[in-house]
Amino acid sequence: MTATTTRVSTTPLAARRPFWESPLGQAARELARNRAAMAGLGILVFWILVAFTVSFIVPFDPLKTDVSNRLSPPSASHWFGTDDLGRDVFKRVLFGSRYSIPAGFLTVLAALLIGCIVGAVAGYAGGWIDNALMRVADMVLAFPSIVLAMAIAAALGPGLKNALIAIVVVLWPEYARLMRGQVLAVKAHEYVTAAEALGARRSRLLIRHILPNTQAPIVVKATLDVGAAIVLTAGLSFIGLGAVPPDPEWGAMIREGQRRFSQWWMATFPGLAIFSVVMALNFLGDGLRDALDPRRRGRWA
Amino acid sequence: MLLQFVAKRILLSIPLLIGITLVTFVVSHLVPADPLTAVLPERAWNNPETVQMYRERWGLDRPLHEQYLIYLRNLLHGDLGESYTTRRPVGTDLRLFFPATIELAAAAMLYAVTVGIALGVVSAVWSNRLADHLARLIALVGVSLPVFWLGLLALQVFYANLGLLPGPGRIDTRLVAPPTRTGFYTIDSLLAGQFDVFLNTLYHLILPGIVLGSYAMGIIARMTRSSLLEVLSLDYIRTARAKGLAEQRVVIGHALRNALIPTVTVVGLTFGSLLAGAVLTETIFSWPGIGRYAVDAATKLDLPAILGVTLLIAVVYVIVNLITDILYGILDPRIRVG
Repeated sequence: MTATTTRVSTTPLAARRPFWESPLGQAARELARNRAAMAGLGILVFWILVAFTVSFIVPFDPLKTDVSNRLSPPSASHWFGTDDLGRDVFKRVLFGSRYSIPAGFLTVLAALLIGCIVGAVAGYAGGWIDNALMRVADMVLAFPSIVLAMAIAAALGPGLKNALIAIVVVLWPEYARLMRGQVLAVKAHEYVTAAEALGARRSRLLIRHILPNTQAPIVVKATLDVGAAIVLTAGLSFIGLGAVPPDPEWGAMIREGQRRFSQWWMATFPGLAIFSVVMALNFLGDGLRDALDPRRRGRWA
Repeated sequence: MLLQFVAKRILLSIPLLIGITLVTFVVSHLVPADPLTAVLPERAWNNPETVQMYRERWGLDRPLHEQYLIYLRNLLHGDLGESYTTRRPVGTDLRLFFPATIELAAAAMLYAVTVGIALGVVSAVWSNRLADHLARLIALVGVSLPVFWLGLLALQVFYANLGLLPGPGRIDTRLVAPPTRTGFYTIDSLLAGQFDVFLNTLYHLILPGIVLGSYAMGIIARMTRSSLLEVLSLDYIRTARAKGLAEQRVVIGHALRNALIPTVTVVGLTFGSLLAGAVLTETIFSWPGIGRYAVDAATKLDLPAILGVTLLIAVVYVIVNLITDILYGILDPRIRVG
């Protein structure tokens, strides 16, 4: 399946080759050939579009109640049925993407920035700074994520914002570790020694020479983590520590659905939404991992 | 050599354990609200002396670092403080609820390991064929399903609609719990000779066990597949095939043994995720374990309880990782050098 891949990296001076022949271009082509990853990307793009446009396109107030229509099962007028206050579940699921999608991306972005800065500093500085920073990371990693996130969210008080802070606190250490390992590996390369010998400043060295070569595993992890963060957010809301009703956040909607056990549609559809996003991100993440690491092409784990 | 390796690993985990107590303590004292407001009845607030008494009783009037030192000292004496809500020592509460969680996690692990390894083997042996695609899809679905939603769905289908499996709880409400010896209903019921209770307990473990284990199952299947594929491409496998061994013997007897080494690590790591997943699974299945206890404590701002349960889970997590590490060292002697 990689028979058509041609490698041109034997000509180091050909710096201006077309994009499609650069390593990144090859990875992109590899990714584009992966049907599962493309399906995942499609679903993800769909949800992102929904999250950004739904409030302009769909004339609906997700909080407005209509008690005469309460708890009606899925039908032509209410595709996913209505909840205990007569609100349309389908539209509430669509509006729910405005919470979960940004929540997933923002928390991972924040964790990635914090983690990468900490990891890069630790790896580059070495010595006691490295030691101190990594021990802090170890302490956080010693907890299963939902347990620590729950404790933090409980301590800060219920609310979506506090839940997101809690998730960032649990997610950053892995990026710090990953980044530190990458920096240590890259630091040992000759081109870094060469740049150092030429008198490049440390910060410039780190930003211009080391960082660009550390991206692949971090990009893959971040993709998979967006899904994990969405599930964590929903999980915290589910136990009452995240978004609070009446907000149409998916986890909070499942919580309401749990109380109305025989009205199966109330919990099923928001859950299906979470599942579709997470599944899409996992497909995409797996595809990215295969595409970015030529040795792993055709592998899986 | 092995002893040295084990001793080193154990020593290394001690500062980590102390760090864990520090993290839980700091976290649970971030609380902006006065924890007493959540606990004391309104009547008590009219009496400043009562409030003051409780403040002193729980050491809330001391500076934070003193509270931490007191906490550590008590911890060394096995004292985790008193729960604000149950008014019992947290240690007693945890002893009461922990066996239910362990029983559930063990059931989940059993499902995850057997089904996960089987799927992984199928996937690797018939790699890139229909069976492989199906197995991979199942594994990925397992990893992607939010556990609390899966639990709700499973109850809806298998309990409410089909009536195939029992609903929430550790045993049917018509039965009486077996006399407590270990806290594990499976063991206690056998010790008491109550075979019907034993069977009912197993019956009740099926659904929550599968729900809780589905994530670990997916991870184990993925790991088994990729490491088995790698091993199957090695020279010694070709040799085994060349000398005419049956394919079944090659895969099971030769390849799988080595392929399962990385899987051991993953099994160890996912056990921690099982304990964490128990938090949500137990909420759905009204399972009286430490997960539900933790949720109750978190929503009621019961500080000593949050602290105790978080500490317990983290300590178990660290110990399981330690055992995994040591096991890995025994299985693969090359690791010990590093």
